[in-house]
Amino acid sequence: MSTQKIISRNTSSDDLASDYKWGFTIDIEEDAAPKGLNEDIVRLISAKKEEPEWLLEWRLKAFRHWMRQNFEEPSWAHLSHPVIDFQDIHYYAAPKTKEDGPKSLDEVDPELIEAFNKLGIPLDEQKKMTGVAVDAVLDSVSVATTYQDMLEKSGIIFCSMSEAVKNHPELVRKYLGSVVPYTDNFYASLNSAVFSDGSFAYIPKGVRCPIELMTYFRINAEESGQFERTLIVAEEASYVSYLEGCTAPMRKSTQLHAAVVELIALDDAEIKYSTLQNWFPGDKEGVGGVYNFVTKRGKAAGRNSKISWTQVETGSAITWKYPSVVLQGDNSVGEFYSVALVNNYQQADTGTKMIHIGKNTKSTIVAKGISAGKAENTYRGLVKINASANGAKNFTQCDSLLIGDQCGAHTVPYIEVKNPTAQMEHEATTSKVSDDQLFYCQQRGIGVEDAHYMIINGFCRGIFQELPFEFAMEASQLLKVSLEGTVG
Amino acid sequence: MVNQAISPLLQIVDLCVSVEDQQILKGVNLTVNAGEVHAIMGPNGSGKSTLANSLAGRPEYSVVSGEVLYRGEDLLALEPEDRARRGLFLAFQYPMELPGVRAWQFLKAAVDAKRQHNGEEEMSAREFDQFLKDKVSQVDIDPELSRRNVNEGFSGGEKKRNEILQMAMLEPDLALLDETDSGLDIDALRIVSEGVNKLRNPSNAVVLVTHYQRILNYITPDFVHVLVDGRIVRSGGADLAHELEEKGYDWIREMVS
Repeated sequence: MSTQKIISRNTSSDDLASDYKWGFTIDIEEDAAPKGLNEDIVRLISAKKEEPEWLLEWRLKAFRHWMRQNFEEPSWAHLSHPVIDFQDIHYYAAPKTKEDGPKSLDEVDPELIEAFNKLGIPLDEQKKMTGVAVDAVLDSVSVATTYQDMLEKSGIIFCSMSEAVKNHPELVRKYLGSVVPYTDNFYASLNSAVFSDGSFAYIPKGVRCPIELMTYFRINAEESGQFERTLIVAEEASYVSYLEGCTAPMRKSTQLHAAVVELIALDDAEIKYSTLQNWFPGDKEGVGGVYNFVTKRGKAAGRNSKISWTQVETGSAITWKYPSVVLQGDNSVGEFYSVALVNNYQQADTGTKMIHIGKNTKSTIVAKGISAGKAENTYRGLVKINASANGAKNFTQCDSLLIGDQCGAHTVPYIEVKNPTAQMEHEATTSKVSDDQLFYCQQRGIGVEDAHYMIINGFCRGIFQELPFEFAMEASQLLKVSLEGTVG
Repeated sequence: MVNQAISPLLQIVDLCVSVEDQQILKGVNLTVNAGEVHAIMGPNGSGKSTLANSLAGRPEYSVVSGEVLYRGEDLLALEPEDRARRGLFLAFQYPMELPGVRAWQFLKAAVDAKRQHNGEEEMSAREFDQFLKDKVSQVDIDPELSRRNVNEGFSGGEKKRNEILQMAMLEPDLALLDETDSGLDIDALRIVSEGVNKLRNPSNAVVLVTHYQRILNYITPDFVHVLVDGRIVRSGGADLAHELEEKGYDWIREMVS
């Protein structure tokens, strides 16, 4: 299970080390639930988290709905993997205690440390992410609360989902499942039944969140499926930029990750959600890695509201993910900017859905897919203009870049238009990093590997511009790490 | 920097090159000293561009036999980027577009690669800005070109001018111009030629590959070589170019057959 750490971009590495403040205190012996999923496990999860009755009921409804689907996961994506045995997964496991973790970085897989160094992650942060016991720093937890105080002063709630359930049950009850109902899809049902934790953010009316909110997903060395649940509510005329970083590669066998993220933007509110995803992609032969089946959806519920998704996906063995926007309010805006890079045997089927309901709604989709090795990359996107959506506009651009001759790129756009006033634009290109481009760079003294990164970065420029500055640097670095040894 | 004690700058001995199993160069011999301008002329398909590209190390051009010494060093043993860092520059006949790659970033990477090779520090952003500005005005190029993405959406003429800017930035010891004059109108030809002339100095050399005599009205060569069917069949001074212009390549063909 992942414990989640909520920090801002400005948080120092000392703050990060205060992780255990948020951790579980339940004795690990008592928490070892058997593999498999049944109503008892759902009840156990809810009980361990001391949840109110309504939430348990909701989980149980989700579980029953999931069971009715008879373990038939969606099969329409351009993905192939062995059948997942859903009864062979731990749905509840306590995080390791400090004593079980490595005592110092010397005990951590050197490859992992090397990866951290390449990403420029500071030493303390490395310790935190690998679960190294950091008792000495643990004592100084005051800095982290400074940010909490600052946020609280502006009325912003930013905490783990578990805490939100305890401290703000009315808000959670009102919005949980309001964008992604538990009946939505196979993985959303599963997540609703067993979600472990996640983040909750609430931005009150008229407040512009003064810092970028960030979650960092920490993965323990040995655990089960990951089921985060994130909920962000932006009240009227509020603004928040939220960053989700999983820059730690995981070294483990195949693992299921099924998260749900729901965003709600009311009148004149704006939510900007950025993700860097670098879960363990499996080894070079395609063994292991994360199966990332994620449902992310925002509801631009209010007039003039705006929801913007930006994602840089370089990790996971399989990525199945369609961050979407329901454009319900008149004049609302939905955006999706994506870079998906696959290498070796990775597979990605990712894209978005833009559902236009309100009048004069506008959506923009820019998706860049990079394929290398023997990997398969699919853009799949739906633009739907309902009959009510007078004056709706969409612009879609899908570009694919191929490296080598054994990978694949596919573009599958779905367009449903039920209103004649809609304006749709669609552009798609597929290109290769050509030998001529590489030679051109080499002739100017630039080595083959650097030339590749330069060309690939150029290809992604439009997307990186949408990311906060430090995140953009990190994204560019991530591409480099992910392609290492493939080019040049 | 340049070791001027070693002469000649470039020595090509009996060079044979094939492209896709077809032999294009069939024994080229050429010596270039610092301070000289050589024009390589010849009809289409005679191997002019092959010569320029194989000196730069373009992968699809395979050297079958022969030797090329650059400042006494075996040029053919070097990777293309190492040739570039040692001061060999090719102005491309068809410069490549690099979508999304800022010219600034590209030029800085190129300049820094060379500096690093010479044991110098990378330039600071501010230093580089000034350096770029100086070069832009030196070769009289629209400053806008250096703010855009490398050759992306450039006209043919803009691409050629951009090559000259890059040449100015990299200050090569040996510049190979591969049909830089093709597709240029008179104004662009003048700007490009003046750019090349400004960059000439006693320690560098230019090898200019061209089909037409036209560019030689602006850049005066010390030597003119005529390449026919993969061999240099005749060498002479600037006059030879005029003679060629008058009598055409058939004249040479007849003479050598």
